[in-house]
Amino acid sequence: MIYLRLFLTFFKIGLFTFGGGYGMIAIIQQEMAANGWLDAEMLSNFIGISEATPGPIAINMATFVGSAIGGGAGSPFLGSLLATLGVVMPSFITILLIATLFKNFMDNKFVSAVLCGIKPVVVGLIFATGAILVYNNLFKSEFDFRALAIMIVIGAATIGYKLIRKKDLSPIFMIVASACLGMLVYSF
Amino acid sequence: MKKLLILFATFFKIGLFTFGGGYAMLSLIQSETVTKKHWLDGDELLDIIAISESTPGPISINCATYIGYKRAGFLGSLFATLGVVLPSFIIIFVISFFIEDFLKIELIGKAFKGIQACVAVLILRAAVKMIKNIKKDAVSLIILLAALVVTITLNFVAFDLSSIYLIILGGFVGFIYYGIISKREKKTKAKVLDGSDPATVSSLHNDDVGAEQKLNNGCEDKGEEQK
Repeated sequence: MIYLRLFLTFFKIGLFTFGGGYGMIAIIQQEMAANGWLDAEMLSNFIGISEATPGPIAINMATFVGSAIGGGAGSPFLGSLLATLGVVMPSFITILLIATLFKNFMDNKFVSAVLCGIKPVVVGLIFATGAILVYNNLFKSEFDFRALAIMIVIGAATIGYKLIRKKDLSPIFMIVASACLGMLVYSF
Repeated sequence: MKKLLILFATFFKIGLFTFGGGYAMLSLIQSETVTKKHWLDGDELLDIIAISESTPGPISINCATYIGYKRAGFLGSLFATLGVVLPSFIIIFVISFFIEDFLKIELIGKAFKGIQACVAVLILRAAVKMIKNIKKDAVSLIILLAALVVTITLNFVAFDLSSIYLIILGGFVGFIYYGIISKREKKTKAKVLDGSDPATVSSLHNDDVGAEQKLNNGCEDKGEEQK
């Protein structure tokens, strides 16, 4: 039952996501590969679209994958509905429990100790995800100098902007700029 | 009923006008719920954000559920959460029908090759930004590097191990080290995770960068500063 699997998979993803959307990408990638649902390249496309559209990345990803996988089984709507429900449920339940029962959850020393151990793992995972993506972008059937050029330009732009304006360059701007660069450099 | 609809509409707006998720959302949540509607004060919002950072799931969902519950109980949390989810859901659902054909257009395919390169940069940037969320000590650094090396190695030897196990292991190490070992060493450092620093309230009014820096108080060592 593909819909149930979508729900359970995204429930699992939602349950183990700490620190926002990027933290879940490594797990999404593994789950997609384990189920044979999406390849890394399509996932990258989805992340790009998720960044350029409103709303939390996690929801966007779930809706996207759910629609794509559910569509293959007959109903994209049911697929995206169940995947999105799945990714939302763990937060919803956890927060409700905290709001109703565990008002002093944050003051618990052991809870904070566990979190202090989880956070570095998540940061390590995100670094690894980024590094693997850089590798996959560069080393295709042959070395992709164009992708390297785009990464250098976009990377330099975001670092430069941060240094000069003390703010992060908007992800939407970066996505649009890299799309234009892609159209330009891959046409030659 | 009116209360529920206002909750729904407010969070629908928050969901619709925030791009890039997470922290970008916080300034809008702040202006809507604290400044305009006075549903809660800045301190409460900071507490909610601290809880959101420490519980699984997207921060915006956590905020919506918590604020909704505070305003109108279970139904309130349901309406607020639905509100914040629906805009993304509708937009992405519509896009998902066109994306495959869209990607087949040659020029669009090239554009997405560019976007894929950009996504790698965005992810690395997110990782760099998150470094300040973690404790600045050897154990945290070792955990970080171990997670990094293990994940990359497993990827290249094509061995399937879910990162979930790494997260659980990290939590376990944190429990043992920060919960038991370092507690014995320094009993004065008990209140490491105190989210309600009043100085951080004003920073929410500034741009999201300032807010982020102040908000990421999760694992910062406040004990050191207090000495």
